[in-house]
Amino acid sequence: MSDKIKKQGDISDVVISTRIRFARNLRDYPFPCRLSDEKKCRVAAIVKEAALGGHSAISERFRYIQMSELTQEEAVSLVERHLVSPEFISDRQGRGLLILDDESVSIMINEEDHIRIQVIRPNLDLEGAYDLADKIDTLFDEQLNFAFSDKLGYLTQCPTNIGTGMRASLMLHLPALRESGAMGKITASLAKLGLVIRGIYGEGTEPRGSVYQLSNQVTLGISEKEAIGNLRDIAMQLISQERSAREAMAKNITVLDNIYRSFGILQYAKLLSNDECLKHLSYLRFGVEIGIFENIDFDTINHLMIQVQPATLMKNIGKKLSPQERDQIRAELVRTALSRKQVPASRRLEN
Amino acid sequence: MLCQACEKRQATTHIKTIVNGELREYYLCPECASKHGYGSFLGDFGLDIDKFFGSFMDTLGSGRASRRCSFCGSSFEDIAKSGKVGCAKCYEEFYEELLPSLRRIHGRTSHTGKLAGSAGTGVRIRNEINKCREELEQAIKAQEFEKAATLRDRIKELEEGMKNTASGENARRDQK
Repeated sequence: MSDKIKKQGDISDVVISTRIRFARNLRDYPFPCRLSDEKKCRVAAIVKEAALGGHSAISERFRYIQMSELTQEEAVSLVERHLVSPEFISDRQGRGLLILDDESVSIMINEEDHIRIQVIRPNLDLEGAYDLADKIDTLFDEQLNFAFSDKLGYLTQCPTNIGTGMRASLMLHLPALRESGAMGKITASLAKLGLVIRGIYGEGTEPRGSVYQLSNQVTLGISEKEAIGNLRDIAMQLISQERSAREAMAKNITVLDNIYRSFGILQYAKLLSNDECLKHLSYLRFGVEIGIFENIDFDTINHLMIQVQPATLMKNIGKKLSPQERDQIRAELVRTALSRKQVPASRRLEN
Repeated sequence: MLCQACEKRQATTHIKTIVNGELREYYLCPECASKHGYGSFLGDFGLDIDKFFGSFMDTLGSGRASRRCSFCGSSFEDIAKSGKVGCAKCYEEFYEELLPSLRRIHGRTSHTGKLAGSAGTGVRIRNEINKCREELEQAIKAQEFEKAATLRDRIKELEEGMKNTASGENARRDQK
């Protein structure tokens, strides 16, 4: 496994996934904030038809979901799997969703804009994600009359998105930078560069699991390729900062203690709350990142981080569960996933 | 409403997020919001109500305040209050009013990226030209001169093609 990690070349020790999002609107309808539910349904029907009725190979792979028909768990699970925004499920009337069969593409209809095309790719793949989003956008463009002005580019409900309408994001695991207390300073300096970084698990307060999302902010007067290039350059700097912080911390006995304790708890606990689980999975990943657990790969941990989320857990089990039942199943899920990996005594321990 | 994080300042940012499988909503003040990474995109626009009202008040005197978008009925006050623009037409109708905010948010005020089909004829060619230009720049940087030469020829070809379409259209229009 460690060979594979090295072969990836690579930065999957820091970058979890890549996301590209385009915001698009129809010229002939007001933006969603000024649409009645009835008109929202009409917009949804038009967009759905454009996506599914197209003659492209990709249109057959889309599935349409009417958001108002989902149960609360199903809707929340879509957020946990990063397919839609929390805002999107807060009021589901008149909203529709198109999902590609492998869930790498989701198209939100009537979120903040009429159309939000989102492509998610594992690891760092800004070009790949952009190319796919661009292709889908062009397919829509051939059939729909987009709100666009020569001067201001794609017109969006929120002026923060006009121009390219593109938001590119990288999901990053930055445990060492967080532990070192450097995140505050980094957040401030990134803002000056037109980028924003924020914790993705958390209550708008403390980021959990040290998972952050780094995105471009400026969308007007900068081309898509330039924006992506900037984001990549800054991400590379963050990655090297994170790595040197890790190197320094790999010898810190408190950090090591946390990592091994988390590993122990994940392996043996019978009940794991969501918060606790995310915290320990983050430490486990940290351990893998600094080479302690060679037989555990990032994919397993990335996958677990989503599967242990409450609504996704219940969706997969297929019924509503009490918090304690969830904690039990969550612990079982993690135990099984980790027991399949043979974990060797670390070299570091022997040292 | 007071900020739920510091419980001191007035809350102006509304955040929706999923915590433990439940949708939760938070109200934060600008400082706490920006501390958690929610500041910079709303802070310059949606939240800066004072500044907005400042510019709004300026327009009151000129009698433009009561003006409404002919397509969706939004007034500039609606837009300033909510931070949401009503429709594509609003960007034309309230262009002057919106421009200072756009400059504050993005630093620039004219689009340089992909062009939509609705932008008119030759869009696909213009998109293609832009793409080739970017590739050309990269090729030159990487000293791949053969590739650069091919790209340069392709751009020339595309540009000529565009001229022809344009003149063809003019000719058609003249006939009418």
